[in-house]
Amino acid sequence: MSEPSSGEPAGCKAILTDWRRRYPDPNMFETLSDRFDEIFSRLRGRGKLTEADVDDVLREIRLALLEADVNLDVAKNLVGRIRERSVGEELSKALNPAQQVIKIVLEELTTSLGGEAMKITYASKPPTVVLMAGLQGAGKTTNTGKLAQWFKKQGRNPLLVGADLQRPAAVEQLRTLAGQVGVPVFSEPTDPVDVASKAIAEAERTGRDVVIVDTAGRLAIDEALMEQVRQISGQVQPDYTFLVIDAMTGQDAVNTAKAFNDTLELDGVILTKLDGDARGGAALSVKEVVGKPITFASTGEKLDDFETFHPDRLASRILGMGDVETLIEKAEEAFEAEQAEEAAARLMEGTFTLDDFLEQMQQIKKMGPIGNLMGMMPGIPKEARDVEIDDRQIARIEGIIRSMTPAERADPDLIDGSRRQRIAQGAGMQPGDVKNLLDQFTQMRKMMKQFAGFGTKKQNPKNRRGKNNKKGKQKGGRRKGGRVTEKGPAAVPKSPLTLPGLEAGEGLPPGFPSLPNN
Amino acid sequence: MLLATVIAIAAIVMISASFVVLRRERNEGLTIDPPDLTDVVDISDVLSGIEVADTDSIVESEPVLDDAPRPSFRDRLAGARSSLSGFLGGIFAGGIDPGTWEALEEALIRADVGVATSTEIMEAVKAKVEAGSVEDAAELPALVKAELVERLSGFDRSLSTDVAAVGGQPGPAVWLFVGVNGVGKTTTIGKLAKREVDAGTKIVLAAGDTFRAAAAEQLTMWAERSDVPIVRGAEGADPSSVVFDAVESANARNADVVLADTAGRLQTKTNLMEELSKVRRVAEKGTGTVTETLLVIDATTGQNGMSQAEQFADAVDVSGVVLTKLDGSAKGGIVVAIHTELGVPVKLVGLGEGINDLVEFDEVEFVDALFE
Repeated sequence: MSEPSSGEPAGCKAILTDWRRRYPDPNMFETLSDRFDEIFSRLRGRGKLTEADVDDVLREIRLALLEADVNLDVAKNLVGRIRERSVGEELSKALNPAQQVIKIVLEELTTSLGGEAMKITYASKPPTVVLMAGLQGAGKTTNTGKLAQWFKKQGRNPLLVGADLQRPAAVEQLRTLAGQVGVPVFSEPTDPVDVASKAIAEAERTGRDVVIVDTAGRLAIDEALMEQVRQISGQVQPDYTFLVIDAMTGQDAVNTAKAFNDTLELDGVILTKLDGDARGGAALSVKEVVGKPITFASTGEKLDDFETFHPDRLASRILGMGDVETLIEKAEEAFEAEQAEEAAARLMEGTFTLDDFLEQMQQIKKMGPIGNLMGMMPGIPKEARDVEIDDRQIARIEGIIRSMTPAERADPDLIDGSRRQRIAQGAGMQPGDVKNLLDQFTQMRKMMKQFAGFGTKKQNPKNRRGKNNKKGKQKGGRRKGGRVTEKGPAAVPKSPLTLPGLEAGEGLPPGFPSLPNN
Repeated sequence: MLLATVIAIAAIVMISASFVVLRRERNEGLTIDPPDLTDVVDISDVLSGIEVADTDSIVESEPVLDDAPRPSFRDRLAGARSSLSGFLGGIFAGGIDPGTWEALEEALIRADVGVATSTEIMEAVKAKVEAGSVEDAAELPALVKAELVERLSGFDRSLSTDVAAVGGQPGPAVWLFVGVNGVGKTTTIGKLAKREVDAGTKIVLAAGDTFRAAAAEQLTMWAERSDVPIVRGAEGADPSSVVFDAVESANARNADVVLADTAGRLQTKTNLMEELSKVRRVAEKGTGTVTETLLVIDATTGQNGMSQAEQFADAVDVSGVVLTKLDGSAKGGIVVAIHTELGVPVKLVGLGEGINDLVEFDEVEFVDALFE
């Protein structure tokens, strides 16, 4: 293949390179949590906070919030509240002011993001009607499909209503999604208001207990279209009206939310495209200005990448504490608990085989993209989070392991030059790749064993588990599983979450600072 | 890389296992009620009972303003901007004091220009004020405008079909449209097709978004409106092959330009970005030459727009930006940073849903509109 673009004059790649040289400061694009990380690491270890320190921190927090697209007024308010609490008496009592500030920021963020998660209740006389509204391209149609899937999982029978007669093929898109979910669609090429009201009757007639109305995207300043959606709402009398908003939205999120709230009396917000690197400040803005909770978060392109929004999770994610709850939920869905325990035990013991590895990889794959999982893990330093983990690497690793004989998987030391050649051929890779994988695997195993030994020594040398796998399965397994967590509290009281293995092995900086119990 | 993956897996195994155990211990003694499924209806029963409207008979009523005059940038923005003008007017009355500067910076931040760029602009204007004899704050808007216009000036905003200029063989030029989900790539192509056809250019559309449900249908409807040929593949087909086929079809028809749609993708998805690089490479495998790679950005986008521009530029060498949805209340200030930091100019602006609502970017009008 030729490279026809090489003749281009100063292409933007060249400019980009130059630009990166000029601005080597990686802070330009770091996430809010990294930002706080940095600020707090400066505060860490100080005995006391001076007024000037507080101002420093607050300025950084304000900047971080603005860079995260939090609305200016919202950021000001938030910073004001943090200042009030930080310089107040609470701080003077604190043993460790840095911890205190972190706690305050976390609390304020959580409060701003919505306090408690919203719970969906169903209309006593079905159907429960849900109206989706928002700007063009926010993801209304996609999330109508996702919401349908969600309701279906709750044991409900949704009917989707295609009231977006504006965008070409929007109803087609809805039909395709509905087909994937396995729910019906009602639409006709008439008028959006008519379609919506007929749909309710249709749902009653056919016994659907949830109706989700997908409407056309509209600008908040378009009076005619806002009037139309108001009429739709008047016709269907929705139990829930959701504003669908893109996590990448900037300062304008507030105007949009306000206008839709004034027109429709929103009940909640669906925050979409959270799987990107958008810092999601829009969520804070919307919640703060409109006072309505963010109910759902859309976190991927698949229909299942949709979950109830948990303000505390986003707040702790913003603060770099990881999204542990989501991780646990995913793990519970994907893992065979006993199996995982056993695997973890063998990992610590150093008897983890390639077969175990293969098996665990299958489980993890069910939990979603590895990159996302890493992002949820607490205490992972930025450097580790930034390493791009390509899920295709997993396929390659799988390919290599599957090309080995059972004996080789159990004892990788068996693998000599000619075996390596054969495995590489089987997997369609180079012998070097096989060697690489084996080296990395051995190194990982060693690292994990060291980690285990370290933890045991520090905690309780007698707790070191016996070599008998079978015996360990029942009691020992559990204890072992818990050992990681036992170790944690020494450093982090509430969240047992540091990953010493990573830090020790990769020479990475320490994870998140210790946190006080709430 | 490999090590990271191996360790990541190990770490996830350990942590997940420990949490599963932890959670189970916490929940011991608790019984969790299964969801009430008593009123579940068999889907197929319900499906058969529902008359859905015939797909083919769906008429969309998108406003097609064929005869409407092409809107001026300023006309379209005027409505949305009126609130801003009063605000800025208030700031700039009276003498200059620290509060004035702060208000100025804040106005720029509210327009999504971003803290870093706003500070830069403010410092530049400050330097001018200190060097000169400006005393009345009323003069500040002009200075700020001039500073912004200067930063946005000197870019080539034309759309090129010159395949020889980028070292390509004679054949169709390819304009590739890329961007995150929901920014308006397909709509932009639809509008641009009409514009180019009106200008006498021979166009072929490539429905390269094979991922989003009904994306190809959407583009097909646009193709019918402008009466241009479209090449599409099955849903889930390899987008590279669709674009390749479109190029060969364009070559056979002796068409000038292929407008190639691609699926929206978040810039952080490495695999999808690689797929996009491949689409660009394959577009040039046959007779085609990519002369424009246009990143479509939604004006409501905040600071993440910079990350989008950076990542897409890395993957496909972006030659210009299409700024869509500028007719709303969002100001699209992030493009200032994209111009100055990445050197990528905005080439087109989307100002509405009508087929004619796609206009050239004009920095003076853009900046004027910001402060009107």
